[in-house]
Amino acid sequence: MEKQSDLLLDIQHLHTGYRLQGKFYDAADDVNLTLKRDEILAIVGESGCGKSTIASSIIGLYDHKNTKVTGDILYNELNLVGLNESLFNKIRGDKIGMIFQDPLASLNPLMRVGEQVAETLYYHTDMKEAARHARVIELFNQVGMPKPEEMYRMYPHELSGGLRQRVVIAMAIACKPEIIIADEPTTALDVTIQAQILDLLEDIQKQSHSGIVLITHDLGVVAETADEVAVMYAGQVVEKADVKTIFEHPLHPYTRSLLNSMPQSDDESEDLHVIQGTVPSLKYMPREGDRFAARIPWIPASDHEKEPAVHEVEPGHWVRCTCWKNFHFQADQKVSGE
Amino acid sequence: MWKTVLRRVLVMIPQLLILSFLVFVLAKMMPGDPFTGQINPNLDPKQIIRLKHELGLYDPVPVQYTRWLVNLFHGDLGQSYIQKVPVTSLIADRAVNTFWLSLLTTVLTYVLAVPMGIIAGRHQDEWQDQGIQIFNYITFAIPGFVFYILGIWLFGFVLGWFPITGSVSASASGFWEVVGSRFYHMVLPALLFSLITTTSIVQYLRTGIVDNKVEDYVRTARSKGVPENVVFDKHILRNSLLPIAAFMGTTITDLLGGSMIIESVFSYPGMGKLFLDSISERDYTTLTALILLFGILTLVGNLLSDIIMSIIDPRIRIQ
Amino acid sequence: MAKEIIKIDDLKVHYPIRSGFWNRITDYVRAVDGINFSINEGETYGLIGESGSGKSTTGKAIVGVEKVTSGRVLYKGVDITKSGNRRRLDYNKDVQMIFQDSMSSLNPRKRIEDIIAEPIRNFEKLTTDQERDRVQELLDIVGMPSDAIYKYPHEFSGGQRQRIGVARAVATNPKLIVADEPTSALDLSVQAQVLNFMKHIQQQYGIAYLFISHDLGVVKHMSENLAIMHRGRLVELGSREEIYRHPVHIYTKRLLSAIPVVDVDNREAHKRQRALVEREFQENQSKWYDKDGRVYPLQKVAENHFVALPEDAAAAAKIKELKEKERD
Repeated sequence: MEKQSDLLLDIQHLHTGYRLQGKFYDAADDVNLTLKRDEILAIVGESGCGKSTIASSIIGLYDHKNTKVTGDILYNELNLVGLNESLFNKIRGDKIGMIFQDPLASLNPLMRVGEQVAETLYYHTDMKEAARHARVIELFNQVGMPKPEEMYRMYPHELSGGLRQRVVIAMAIACKPEIIIADEPTTALDVTIQAQILDLLEDIQKQSHSGIVLITHDLGVVAETADEVAVMYAGQVVEKADVKTIFEHPLHPYTRSLLNSMPQSDDESEDLHVIQGTVPSLKYMPREGDRFAARIPWIPASDHEKEPAVHEVEPGHWVRCTCWKNFHFQADQKVSGE
Repeated sequence: MWKTVLRRVLVMIPQLLILSFLVFVLAKMMPGDPFTGQINPNLDPKQIIRLKHELGLYDPVPVQYTRWLVNLFHGDLGQSYIQKVPVTSLIADRAVNTFWLSLLTTVLTYVLAVPMGIIAGRHQDEWQDQGIQIFNYITFAIPGFVFYILGIWLFGFVLGWFPITGSVSASASGFWEVVGSRFYHMVLPALLFSLITTTSIVQYLRTGIVDNKVEDYVRTARSKGVPENVVFDKHILRNSLLPIAAFMGTTITDLLGGSMIIESVFSYPGMGKLFLDSISERDYTTLTALILLFGILTLVGNLLSDIIMSIIDPRIRIQ
Repeated sequence: MAKEIIKIDDLKVHYPIRSGFWNRITDYVRAVDGINFSINEGETYGLIGESGSGKSTTGKAIVGVEKVTSGRVLYKGVDITKSGNRRRLDYNKDVQMIFQDSMSSLNPRKRIEDIIAEPIRNFEKLTTDQERDRVQELLDIVGMPSDAIYKYPHEFSGGQRQRIGVARAVATNPKLIVADEPTSALDLSVQAQVLNFMKHIQQQYGIAYLFISHDLGVVKHMSENLAIMHRGRLVELGSREEIYRHPVHIYTKRLLSAIPVVDVDNREAHKRQRALVEREFQENQSKWYDKDGRVYPLQKVAENHFVALPEDAAAAAKIKELKEKERD
């Protein structure tokens, strides 16, 4: 029973499709993920892989007219898929906090930042105005903002990028949510600020025992912060394991290729690894067979599964398709374009 | 901020001087003079020449301009050649009429435009929006005077609801009766005028709402669990309405421009009509005085816009 | 000894701040505040800095699109901050630029053929056939298909557009390309492709790059020599090995420790190290910056390694450096 309550989010067979010229195309295609308490789950992939789609599906913020979500997103036995808006508004900001990529754009330019944080409290607590103010000051202290009383009255444009992101974090954690979704929280920030913000997120998580879904394209950020990692390609999770396994024993060809293309090696004269071809756009995504097959054409079709399934290769290590078994890099696969 | 305002006011002085000089020279370059078309057969042409000499109309233009300028600094805008009254009192009478007409127009404009803009923005691309868009295209595409004449024809002649000329009924007596009559005379021109001026505000507000709807901070508000109607009122609408407030300053310019046509069509004795009359009658003193006044009002309007903007938008500060 | 292609000599770019009733200049923003470095023929020189450090302004001043307040940029020994000299030396042909945002730096209404041919038309007289051959050749160099010439920028992905930007920059056979964050907007595997093409072109044509970036990993991969910029000045300058293995200035250490490392086993240790460096940076500002908060002038601490230090600290650092090397 104890184990059960540790499970915060259970995403089963999630399909999120966007309408393009009258037809729906799945940007997230049969995604299965879980988030536990005290865990940072990183969803990593390149642009267009569907990682942000998952975030907006969890928190229910999408254009309802042009988006179709099916499957289950279970939060404490409550299915968030298809939940009515007024119930969802009780959960958003209270049980699930969200942090976005661009802190300047994600704050209302004409509202004092303190009031924007207090707004969260207004909708989820019984606090009176003075209590809300005090709580915002407390939050500003917690996220490491100097002179919180002064900061309360500032407008977003008066703050630096790092401070703005701290305000957004204060907003997300104001009601001590169990789940925090951070969608590329440091992409718009300088590297030194990025380090501080990531440290802050980790500290908050340790204090509050929440679970964090960290969505990022940056493998370095994943290696430094994540506990569990899901690698996504073309709308599907292709590999999922704990962070050490992903970086030390990656199996799926895409994960291995991606790690190879990082300019991290000490051998500077070496060319970086390039993945052949390009990521297919949503409309032209192959819907049958292994979606990554086209980008490793030297691997014979017989090595791929007809309908690639996710296999548990070792306990806790999931890999899509069987093509990884015979996968090898090409000798001269260095500069190749399309 | 007050330093900037003061600086802006000081900068206005040379702007106005240049404006007045240009207007003066241009007016003088127009063919004819105040006596053209008024040839009184009883008047000896020599008499006219003598009169013109007396009025200094044969002096070189720079001399005439300097004289005008010196008088201006003494608070004397000169005598109207045509009406034979001081220009200041002539304008003052008309300015009051134009002021009330403009005020009513402005009120009607915002009363009509703001709800229309909100509905159009809120129901973007739905039938409400499309209806308002069609209305906007019509008022935008039809030239003002055609629209006014159609209005006069419909409401004045066919339906007979409103008077179609003047600013007050000659038979009105007593304070309240005069006020009532004045208001009654203003309603139709103000309403027709405001239907024309709503177009830009409706469009501006609609675009503001449509743009703000998809801003990231609106998504943030939703992610906090703020109910959708509050998200609209407190975040989207508020942020779209504030720039509209700053429009008030620049409406002055629109109103002055538009008043010339509407006042002419309705024979409404305001500044716009006075302006057109003074051009056709070559009434230089009235003309230059009016241009100067319009110039001041336009510059003040722009300054006002900037001040309003800096008060409501914390990102814009004039130090 | 490699030949110097460009030398930046005490370059300053200041923007006036106006205030008060008369709107007079009361102070300056010192975007670039006296920097010196030089780039050799055919090498990639890295210029690293965070936002607001002045690195992009430096790049723009070098290509001549930013007005220089004082100092010189010497190309073939001639100061090209004067536009007359730029014309005389064909400087605008020899020095090209690649921008971060490939979408807004390519004219959306022009076809790729015209985009790439534009610099050629400015500097060379070619017949239509010759010009088309040249454009095809350039597209081939950056691995683009030949039918790309008939298309418009929006028909390509970000990585492809950036390669078109590279092809355009290479069109005039330049000696130096200033690349301002050329891959920051790209995905990892696409970035790899663009960087590889840049390297290959360099080897083939002997072009020098000034590679401006905030990404220390990318700069490390690309450049032999580099400089680190902070508050408009250089805090540390030297060879790649010296800077990455023996950083001296606290700001360099801070930047290096902030890069996420793909080493899951040691991430806690790395984090502690980062916290230590951050504390040192916050608490000892006066040791590393002068009383106005500005960066000190560069002092030599080792062969091909310069650090912004006060005079006495420089001597100490030199000794420390030597000792560290002995231990290695």
